[in-house]
Amino acid sequence: MSMSKAYPLPIDISPTTVANTASLVRIVAFLFISGAAIASRLFAVINFESIIHEFDPWFNYRATRVLASEGFYEFWNWFDPTAWYPLGRVVGGTIYPGLMATSGVIYNVLHSLHLPVDIRNICVLLAPCFSALTAWATYMFTKEMKDESAGLLAAAFIGIVPGYISRSVAGSYDNEAIAIFLLMFTFFLWIKAMKQGSALYGTLTGLFYFYMVAAWGGYAFITNMIPLHALALTLMGRFTNRLYVGYSSWYAIGTLASMQVPFVGFQPVRTSEHMGALGVFGLLQIVAFVELVRVHVSSKQFQQLLFVSVIVVGILGTLVIVGLTYKGWIAPWTGRFYSLWDTGYAKKYIPIIASVSEHQPTAWPSFFMDLHFLIFLFPAGVVLCFKELRDEHVFVVIYALVASYFAGVMVRLMLTLTPIVCVSAAVALSSVLDTYIDPVVPDATDGDADAAKKDRSTTPASSASVVELLTDIVTSGSSPSKRTKHARQGIIGLDTRGVVILNALGMLLFFVVHCTWVTSTAYSSPSVVLASHMPDGLHIIDDFREAYYWLRQNTPKDAVVMSWWDYGYQIAGMADRPTLVDNNTWNNTHIATVGKAMSSPEEVAYPILRKHDVDYVLVIFGGLLGYSGDDINKFLWMVRIAQGVWPDEIQEPRYFTPQGDYRVDDQASSTMKNSLMYKMSYYRFPELFGGGQAQDRVRGQVIPNPGPTLDYLDEAFTSENWIVRIYQVKKEDPLGRDLKGANAFDKGKKRKRTRPPVRRRSLA
Amino acid sequence: MAGPKSSSNASKRAAATAAATPSKPAPSSSSAPAPASASTVALHTLWAAYLDATPSRLKLVDAFLVFLVLSGVIQFVYCVLVTSFPFNAFLAGFASTVGQFVLTASLRSQVNAKNRALFKDVSPERAFADFVVGSVVLHFFVFNFLG
Repeated sequence: MSMSKAYPLPIDISPTTVANTASLVRIVAFLFISGAAIASRLFAVINFESIIHEFDPWFNYRATRVLASEGFYEFWNWFDPTAWYPLGRVVGGTIYPGLMATSGVIYNVLHSLHLPVDIRNICVLLAPCFSALTAWATYMFTKEMKDESAGLLAAAFIGIVPGYISRSVAGSYDNEAIAIFLLMFTFFLWIKAMKQGSALYGTLTGLFYFYMVAAWGGYAFITNMIPLHALALTLMGRFTNRLYVGYSSWYAIGTLASMQVPFVGFQPVRTSEHMGALGVFGLLQIVAFVELVRVHVSSKQFQQLLFVSVIVVGILGTLVIVGLTYKGWIAPWTGRFYSLWDTGYAKKYIPIIASVSEHQPTAWPSFFMDLHFLIFLFPAGVVLCFKELRDEHVFVVIYALVASYFAGVMVRLMLTLTPIVCVSAAVALSSVLDTYIDPVVPDATDGDADAAKKDRSTTPASSASVVELLTDIVTSGSSPSKRTKHARQGIIGLDTRGVVILNALGMLLFFVVHCTWVTSTAYSSPSVVLASHMPDGLHIIDDFREAYYWLRQNTPKDAVVMSWWDYGYQIAGMADRPTLVDNNTWNNTHIATVGKAMSSPEEVAYPILRKHDVDYVLVIFGGLLGYSGDDINKFLWMVRIAQGVWPDEIQEPRYFTPQGDYRVDDQASSTMKNSLMYKMSYYRFPELFGGGQAQDRVRGQVIPNPGPTLDYLDEAFTSENWIVRIYQVKKEDPLGRDLKGANAFDKGKKRKRTRPPVRRRSLA
Repeated sequence: MAGPKSSSNASKRAAATAAATPSKPAPSSSSAPAPASASTVALHTLWAAYLDATPSRLKLVDAFLVFLVLSGVIQFVYCVLVTSFPFNAFLAGFASTVGQFVLTASLRSQVNAKNRALFKDVSPERAFADFVVGSVVLHFFVFNFLG
């Protein structure tokens, strides 16, 4: 039949040519997407240098160096005596080794090809390379939901969306670098396994699930998403043997495989987080059996009997689980898990979790910042999936709901929301484009009303038109006169098409600009090296490395350095010195000990320092430069964590002024002024300003002029901009006096002796 | 219903037993509260229908399934009554029976002529290949975990 076309199409091309060209275009587009994904993550390398970022990556890098130089078995059995001094840490059994193993394999492959690439560069560039793979996995996943064009859009979105870039810029060598690829690819394989009912895909899902378990603690998300999907399908009456095959093969192989990772161990059969998957596994066995029997018997009575027995078995199973949890055989949910449901939980019971900034609830603007216009298209895509609601669309809907909630609870879980936002937004946008690019014009005679309505709606603004279109689609889906309406659905005229498509292109363009801007300004800072923009150009502030190298070059190899746990990995990685606590916060008491030492007066702190063989104490101080992530700002967390263990020695209210303010100027409470942290931060700080006011630029307060004095510590090193200050712990007095008395004696007798010179540049 | 969160090893065993026994009357259903005479009649019809309608190849597969269930039950009883000491060894052994069971049950439903329409992408030959691949991977992990 002859449909009228809005614009002419070439008619003398064979379908094979069209298909081949389309696949070529797809491949080329995909190459460009990969290139863009990798290139936009290189801002950090271009602006700064090829350096490992932040905190955790430093540990991963250090572990990878051990793996690359000593081999896999040494790495597996690695006991690190320098971490958590004097306890040490069994590294092989307390990490997710997937990331290091991946880098190690790449390193060995490249070296066997005689490409002598430095391990550091592999670590730095691993995340950008895997982002291209993530784009591919997202393409495959979205293709299952809609079609190839939606897949390409989704791949382009995930390639450059800031929500994912934030954790995967070059140098951000963290577990998430490979985990998001594994997440999406495991989900893709699961959808395939479920759709085809193929045990092969189920096995592959299990294998990639194993890789994911080995790579990231967030694997629990998969452990619960897949059962949730299977359960939802079963409750919707959509159980098929395909579902049984896919789920059972995944669970049986994946669970056994996940227990091979030493850090996971027996958790899959022992903790409540994993019980949902086991329960659904059992449920599917029962349902499959019932289905099988139903084929053989049609007796009503027997079916009732089965129904009753299924319910009885279900109740019994639940009771058994509850009973086992009660008897302690199954561990109840962990604190981290509770803090997902009750956002105040962590602050009350586990301050160490609440003290991490990425565990805070997400601020609303960051949704726009991280996802830009995708966040508007996201609900539209979910609605479209809901409208079609094939088995795989149920997965998208569940994923969208669950991940939205989690992203609202914790900033870092934005990362798990981002892929599904990209997928849904791509589905929505590609539906819009499909509708408006389609050249077929509906019959004008009976489509008048519709077309008029569409024309009107598209002219004011395209976002309104998208909503209009979606409501149209949804209502047409549910209305009884669906078929008749469908025949005359469509767009008339080129102007309407032009407006909508131009609008869509405009949004995409703004998206690209926004992503590039956010990536280059917000997410590409290594945080080891800081940059400040001054009138005369960009200044690099390199205090951290300056101080760490000072430690490395001027202290004995076994000198123990105490600092707050944030800097443990960096000290181990860059200064190569033993630390008391680090970012692997496994021992709360040990951290509380450091917190107590920092928040106590010198006389109390000194025995703690001596007992732990501490030679140097390192504090981060931003008051001179206005660097707000310093230890004084983190100080209250140290107090809180110490208070959790020694409630009668450390009390948080004592660190506030009587008015309840947290101050560091002359109104500060005496407990605050006498604490080791305060003294170490502001020691000799007022001297910098001559007679002027010693202004702390972070807190905007004036430090009282005769600054704090130190009796038990000596200033050993202060970096150029005072960000890192290192103090040496004095040994006991040779004459057996207490150090305070000895100090006073020295001062009284030798007033003229000057202090040992300390390299310092005054920046008034 | 209470099904969703259900199960542990015990109920998995119950489930496995239940799912495994097309060839013998299900213990779980016979223990359920119901009129005894009616249920025995129903079970007899079921048994007859099963013998009548199932191809002999599938009966062979079912026999293997029953064997796996028995093996799993014995291991579980040993674990509960005697010792679970090398827990990884028990888990490996038990997981091998459970995993082999579900893979075989998958194979059974994939090659079942009645399910032909359901598994359009999986031919019987492909199903067997999948079964072999899955079993090899499963037993690789089992051997690794035995310790």
